[in-house]
Amino acid sequence: MKFLIYRYNPETDSEPRMQEYELADTEPGMMLLNALERLKAQDESLSFRRSCGEGVCGSDGMNINGRNGLACITPLTILKQPIELRPMPGLPVIRDLIVDMEQFFHQYRSVKPYLIRHDPDPEIEIKQSPEERDKLDGLYECILCGCCTTSCPSFWWNPDLFRGPAALLQSARFLMDSRDQGTAVRLDELEGPYRLFRCHTIMNCVDVCPKNLNPTKAIGNIKKLMVKHHI
Amino acid sequence: MDVACCDDGGNYMNLTKRKFDCLVIGAGGGGLRAALQLSQADASVGVVSKVFPTRSHTVAAQGGINAALANVSPDNWHWHMYDTIKGSDYLGDQDAIEYMCRAASNTVIELEHSGVPFSRLDNGRIYQRAFGGQSQNFGGEQASRTCAAADRTGHAILHTLYQQNIHARTHFFDEYFALDLVKDEDGYILGAVAIEIETGESLLIEAKTTLIATGGAGQLFYNNTNARINTGDGMAMALRAGIPMEDMEFFQFHPTGIAGKGMLISEGVRGEGGYLVNGEGERFMERYAPNAKDLASRDVVSRSIAIELKEGRGCGPNKDHVLLKVNHLDADIIKKRLPGIRDLSMTFAGVDPIDAPIPVCPTAHYTMGGIPTNRHGQVVVPEHQGAEEPVPGLYAAGECACVSVHGANRLGGNSLLDIVVFGRAAGNHIIEYLKENRYHRPISQESVDKALARLARWDQKGDGESVDSIKTDLKVTMDKYCGVFRQEDVLQEGVEKVLAIEERLKDVRLKDHSKVFNTARIEALELENLMDLAVATVCSALERKESRGAHSRVDYPERDDKNWLKHSLFFKEGRRLEYKPVHIKPLTVDSFPPKPRVY
Repeated sequence: MKFLIYRYNPETDSEPRMQEYELADTEPGMMLLNALERLKAQDESLSFRRSCGEGVCGSDGMNINGRNGLACITPLTILKQPIELRPMPGLPVIRDLIVDMEQFFHQYRSVKPYLIRHDPDPEIEIKQSPEERDKLDGLYECILCGCCTTSCPSFWWNPDLFRGPAALLQSARFLMDSRDQGTAVRLDELEGPYRLFRCHTIMNCVDVCPKNLNPTKAIGNIKKLMVKHHI
Repeated sequence: MDVACCDDGGNYMNLTKRKFDCLVIGAGGGGLRAALQLSQADASVGVVSKVFPTRSHTVAAQGGINAALANVSPDNWHWHMYDTIKGSDYLGDQDAIEYMCRAASNTVIELEHSGVPFSRLDNGRIYQRAFGGQSQNFGGEQASRTCAAADRTGHAILHTLYQQNIHARTHFFDEYFALDLVKDEDGYILGAVAIEIETGESLLIEAKTTLIATGGAGQLFYNNTNARINTGDGMAMALRAGIPMEDMEFFQFHPTGIAGKGMLISEGVRGEGGYLVNGEGERFMERYAPNAKDLASRDVVSRSIAIELKEGRGCGPNKDHVLLKVNHLDADIIKKRLPGIRDLSMTFAGVDPIDAPIPVCPTAHYTMGGIPTNRHGQVVVPEHQGAEEPVPGLYAAGECACVSVHGANRLGGNSLLDIVVFGRAAGNHIIEYLKENRYHRPISQESVDKALARLARWDQKGDGESVDSIKTDLKVTMDKYCGVFRQEDVLQEGVEKVLAIEERLKDVRLKDHSKVFNTARIEALELENLMDLAVATVCSALERKESRGAHSRVDYPERDDKNWLKHSLFFKEGRRLEYKPVHIKPLTVDSFPPKPRVY
C-alpha cells in the first residue's frame, strides 16, 4: 500500500515536502491510524497526534486524500492509492501532520462555551424535559477535532474574525439548552459582519464532520435567533 | 511564554520557571474537577497535560456515573455503599467508600448544574440505567443507579468540566509532558519538571502542592480498551519518588471489548437489556450468576466468558469470542440510548447492533491499584508498621490513585464518580493545606537534575532496539502471563520475562533526536513509565496467593480473608512488597464484614 505524506520539521527542513511510504503488511479492517503507526515504527520521525483510536478524543484530524477526517475511523479500504496525507489546512504547521490549533481554540473559548445561569441553583436537578434535552442532540457530541473549521473557506480567509463552524456549533449547543440564561450575551457577542455572518453555507463542515454533526444547520438556527433578538 | 522569575540562588537558572499554589498533572475528569475547585477558591492553579484536555481518556467513558438519586428505582447511598464493598470483594476501604457514596448525589447534581447534558426522564429529572453489581436493599432487586448522558457520559462530563475551567480562567499547559516530581530533603513535593512538547524545552513548575491525576495504565496490555495515552505516567513518577504502588495486581478486564480490536462496549448495553450468548446460542451467564445474570460484577462476567472460550464454546471460526445480543431491543432504544455504541460497532466490528449481535471478548480496562491516598486525596505512605502518613504537598485522584474505593474489582459507573468526588475532595484539602503552607520552599538542584537526566538519557545516539519493539514485547508478555486467570509458575515466568525486557530497555536508542514535537521521545518516556508499572503489577500478582475480585489464581481459587484481607504496597527500590490493613470501619455506619460473594 502506497502513501504520500506531508513532511516538515522546522529544525531541518527549509520547506515542506511530500514523502513516499510503502506498507507491505495490511490486514482487513485496518484503519488509517493503524497504518500510520506501522509507518512510524519504520520511521519514528513521522509525527502525528493520536490517542483514543476510536473517534471520540478528536486528536487525529488530518487531510486524507483531500478531505478532512479522523485517521482512526477511516478504513484503509475506502482510500485511493497513493493515500495522500496532509495536515488540516488553514492553520500553521508545527511539524508533519501536526498543526497549531490555538486559533481554533481561541474561537472556541470566545463563544463562552459554558452554561450561563442567573437564577439560584435548585437543590435537585434543573429540570429539563426529554423534548428540551433532544434539542442538544447533534450539538453536544462535538469532539473539537477541527475537521470542520479547517475545511471552511470562510475560516481560511478570516481565522481571526470568523468564529468558524466548531465554535458556532458550541454556541448553538448553549443557546438551545433550556437551562441556559445567556441568550442575549451570546447573541450580542456574535454581532457584526464576521463572527457569525461570514458563514456562507458552503457546507464543507457538514460534509467532513466525523461525528455526522451539522454545523451549518446550527448556524442557521443562530441566525434565526439573531433576527428574533433584533425585533 | 513567560520569562523565568529567579528569586533564589539555584543554578538551574537557564531553566524556565513557573510558580503556582497547585500544580495539577493530568487534565481528565479528576484533574479538571480539582482545578475547578481551586480556581473557584482563587488559588493559582497550573494544569499540565500531555494532550489538549478534552483528548483525555475520561472522554471515552460511556455508560454513566453512579449516584443513588432514586429517580428510577428506590435507592439510597447506603445500598450503593454495600454494592461497592461487595463489588470490591471486601478489599475496598469502607471509610472512603462511605464518603464517596454519600457524596455521589450532590456531586452529580453539581455536574448537572454546571451544564452536563444528562439524558432525561419524562418528569425532567436525570435518566438512570441499570448497571452491573447494583442492588436495592443490600443485595435484593436490581437497582438503576447509573446517571447517563446517552452512552457518552464521559464526553459530556469532561467537556463540561473543561468548559467550567475556561470560565474560571484556570491556567493550562496544553501538550506539556511531566518528567518527574521535585522533592526536598524533608520529603516535601514541590512541583515537577516538565517539557513543552511543541518546542522540546524543559521547564520547572514550582508548586506548594502537586496533584497527580494522570489516569490509568491500560497500555500495559496488548488487548486493551484504553487510549494510547494511558501509560500510567503519574504512577511511575510516584514510584520513582519512593512512593509505593498499592494493589497493582488488581487489573480489571472488561467483559465486552470488541473482539480482536479492544474498543469498549459499555456495560450500559446489558443495562438496557442486552445479554451474552456463547457459540451454542446459550445465554450462559444464567449458569454463572443465576440472579444478576449478565449484570453480575465485571470480574465475574469476564471470568465466565474466559471459561466458555477455554471450554470450546466460543463463537466464530476460531471460537475466540462470544456475542453480545441487543438486536431484540427496539431500534429506537438503541438509537436513543446507545448511539455511540452503535457507531463503534458499525465502524470496528462491521455490525449494526440493530440487526446482529456484537462480537466481544474480555479486554484489559481499568487499573484498580495505584498511588495510595486517603479520602482527602493526600498521598499516604507507611511510616511505621501499619500507619499511613501523608506525603507533604502531594495529592492524587482518579484512576492513578488507590483510595481504595474499588478494592479488588471496580463496579461500572463508579470510576466517573471516583474522579469527580475525589478530585473535588483533593481540591478542598489543598485549599486547607495552602492556608498552613503559605510559601514556596527552596528547591534543590539535585532533584531537578535527576528529572532532567531522564530526558538526557534519550539523547544517547547509536544503534539499539526500538521503543516500538520493546513496547510490543512488554504488552504481549503482560497479556500472556498476567491475564484474567493467573497461576504461580506462569506468573514466575512472567516476572522473569518482564525483568528481561527491562534490561533490554537500557539499550534502546532513539533515532529521532529533534526537539520540535518529537513524539518518538514522548513514547520512549511513556515506555519507561509502563516498564516500572509492569514490574509492580507482575510482582504484586505473584505474591498474592488467593483469588479475590479481578485477581484470579487457579492455584489458589478461594478468597483467603485470614491471610490476604490486606492491601499490597510495591516499592520500586529492591522490588519490595509490604502490606497494610484494609479499613474495615466506615465513617458512621456499621461495617460490612466479608461474606461469600454471589451474584
